[in-house]
Amino acid sequence: MREYLLGNAAIAKGLLEAGIGLAAGYPGTPSSEIIEGLVELKGDLPLHIEWSVNEKVALEVAAGASWTGCRSVATMKHVGLNVAADPFMTLAYLGVGAGLLVICADDPFCHSSQNEQDSRRFAQFASIPCLDPADPQEARDMAIYGLELSEKFNIPVMLRPTTRVSHARADVEVSQDRPIPVERRFVKNPARRVALPSHARPLHHELLAKQPAIEEELEGCPWNRLTLRGETGVIASGIAGLYAEEALMDLDLDHTLLRIGAYPAPKKLIGRMLEHVSRVLVIEELEPVVEEQVAMLAGKINPSIQILGKEKEIPREGELDLITVRNALARMNGLGIMERASFAAAEIVPPRPPALCPGCSHRATYYAMRRVYGKKAIYPSDIGCYTMAVGMGTVDTCLCMGASISLASGIRFGGETEGICASLGDSTFLHGGMTGLLNAAYNKARITVTILDNSTTAMTGHQPHPGTGVTATGEPTAQVSLEELARALGAGLVETVDPYDLEGTMEGFQRAKDFPGLSVVIARQPCVIKARRSGTRPRAFKVSDECQGCRICVEYGCPAIEFEGEMAKINNLCTGCGICAQICPSSAILEVEI
Amino acid sequence: MRTSECDMVIVGVGGQGVILISDVIGRAGVLAGKPVRGAETHGMAQRGGSVINHTRIGCRFSPLVAPGSADLLIALEPAEALRFGHFLSPDGVALISNQPVLPVTVTTGRARYPSLDDLIEPLCGQCQRVLALDATALARKAGTAQAMNVVMLGALSQYIPLSEEHIIQALVEVVPPKHLEANKRAFALGKAEVE
Repeated sequence: MREYLLGNAAIAKGLLEAGIGLAAGYPGTPSSEIIEGLVELKGDLPLHIEWSVNEKVALEVAAGASWTGCRSVATMKHVGLNVAADPFMTLAYLGVGAGLLVICADDPFCHSSQNEQDSRRFAQFASIPCLDPADPQEARDMAIYGLELSEKFNIPVMLRPTTRVSHARADVEVSQDRPIPVERRFVKNPARRVALPSHARPLHHELLAKQPAIEEELEGCPWNRLTLRGETGVIASGIAGLYAEEALMDLDLDHTLLRIGAYPAPKKLIGRMLEHVSRVLVIEELEPVVEEQVAMLAGKINPSIQILGKEKEIPREGELDLITVRNALARMNGLGIMERASFAAAEIVPPRPPALCPGCSHRATYYAMRRVYGKKAIYPSDIGCYTMAVGMGTVDTCLCMGASISLASGIRFGGETEGICASLGDSTFLHGGMTGLLNAAYNKARITVTILDNSTTAMTGHQPHPGTGVTATGEPTAQVSLEELARALGAGLVETVDPYDLEGTMEGFQRAKDFPGLSVVIARQPCVIKARRSGTRPRAFKVSDECQGCRICVEYGCPAIEFEGEMAKINNLCTGCGICAQICPSSAILEVEI
Repeated sequence: MRTSECDMVIVGVGGQGVILISDVIGRAGVLAGKPVRGAETHGMAQRGGSVINHTRIGCRFSPLVAPGSADLLIALEPAEALRFGHFLSPDGVALISNQPVLPVTVTTGRARYPSLDDLIEPLCGQCQRVLALDATALARKAGTAQAMNVVMLGALSQYIPLSEEHIIQALVEVVPPKHLEANKRAFALGKAEVE
């Protein structure tokens, strides 16, 4: 059966066809729709699906299930693997029970990420296989194969889609097969499950010893394929294989082509190509993972061969596309290059950067924060929608999930004497901020930590978390109290404020600022997108003739406020938060009946 | 050598319903037995930012349309039409919904929003045909302003190698039943603008 599917939805289908019994993940673009797709398709299947508190937890939960004989998957974005690196590296030693797939979605070009690290390197580092799909069909097929491979070699396997696979759509062949897992239980085996030094040494040896068999297997897998033709060779990995095939067809070139979709890279296929060609272009996004292998093998097999790639032809940053690949091939063959079309007339188009939504409570919280802490204060921030408020002067840092609090401590202990007010979202706090808060309390950091609590994981598409009282599958569950959590972790003062009440919020910040220790401000107001979807009836406001045209409301930056003629105007994007009415010095913005 | 039967980019502002157009085309492609490839904008860029969706009908390669080679540019917002005008092939057609959505850079006075003529005129020299329509008004006439994207789909349907029957069948799969009739009317109004 063929369906037009998003890459992540195709992966979800593949996982169900492979009979997984558990999926755990933490949301992160471009990986989030895998768990969501599974929730949508779950029906009555005996399948545990969870949004875990973070990626480390997700991978550990998945490993536990795998050791219980249940095919399992952990999903995350590339930077999530950094959080999960601790279990990831040692799991390669300990191995699996039933198949364990780590789906780690990379984001070349940082479409929605703080860096563009190449997870193929991480798989190489851990000595585990990595499957690098070119399109949604391959992603679905590899999800199934990856679980089989994991069982065959007793090793976790990485599936590494990129943004252009996870968020691509294509017609995908899927089946309705839904194998039901058999009875499962945890089998005790300390030598394989307890990473004591005396166990780890032989397990490391075993991990290295199984590599040749894994390489042999992947030489023959359907995604490593060599087509011998002319004396010029092209090696392309993952989605670059599609750019290469299209460019070769467009340029009508008869080159030998090796497409690579599974790692460790196939040495024999590369060797056969190197014996056949006199020069080779290696095309891969980000790191020269294949190219290094090619250079090493060429030294042994064909030292005179010319290897082109990262040095000049193929960029090591950003994502590739057809024109980049086509032009690299054209230059190599002395053919005309294709100019990248540009359009000078488009210079008049105003920029449209992503921005906080009209009525977003983060904007209101940051406004109050800035009024209380002032221009000189230091504002470490974090990963979430609120990072887009960088123009408001309250986002001085953004490093990784939860870092705002620890950075704030470091900035204080490093010698900064001004006020320090960190901020991070509720989901981010629960993911990676709690340890930082505990550390700040323990080490007596005098800082304020603001939890921007919109009661969801907004940026990635409104996933629930432990503060929402709802599980990934929509079941009610215990709802953790951020206030109690903050107190338990050692905050000396905990203030809860409503960001839509500007005065009350400023008073809360003032008490936090005056507090001689670690203070926490919880600014709570539901995400406006979620509130709108749940049918919350907004208030309505209008600008009266009292408007003096001072632009204070306009500079607040809400997209619902425009400036027309000499007066402010509220447009139809308004969600009725009422902050503009509270900051207007002329009291010219009035609530009206709907 | 052509590597795709029909390449298009669908552009607009996050939340306008760009993805629905591509989803309908893709499903219609499957019904017609044609391979379709698409690429979407998710995540951070969606929050009120520019979005671009690449859709390629009759294509087995990557989902990305190369700048300068789009047969069709479908813009749900006029400034976005010009922003992504460089994707158009000289033989291409631009279909533009002419209702502006002001970016925050304009509402806060940091940038100016050009006149409609200034946005559309440069595109006329860039491709074979430019059609700007008041899709929002047509959608309202059909019963809901939300169906502006389906008006544009109706206009677009006249330029793609897929049958109307397959497109409507795909639309039925995607649109909630209670909005189906209004969407079908919106589709017909968009289509009539091109005929």
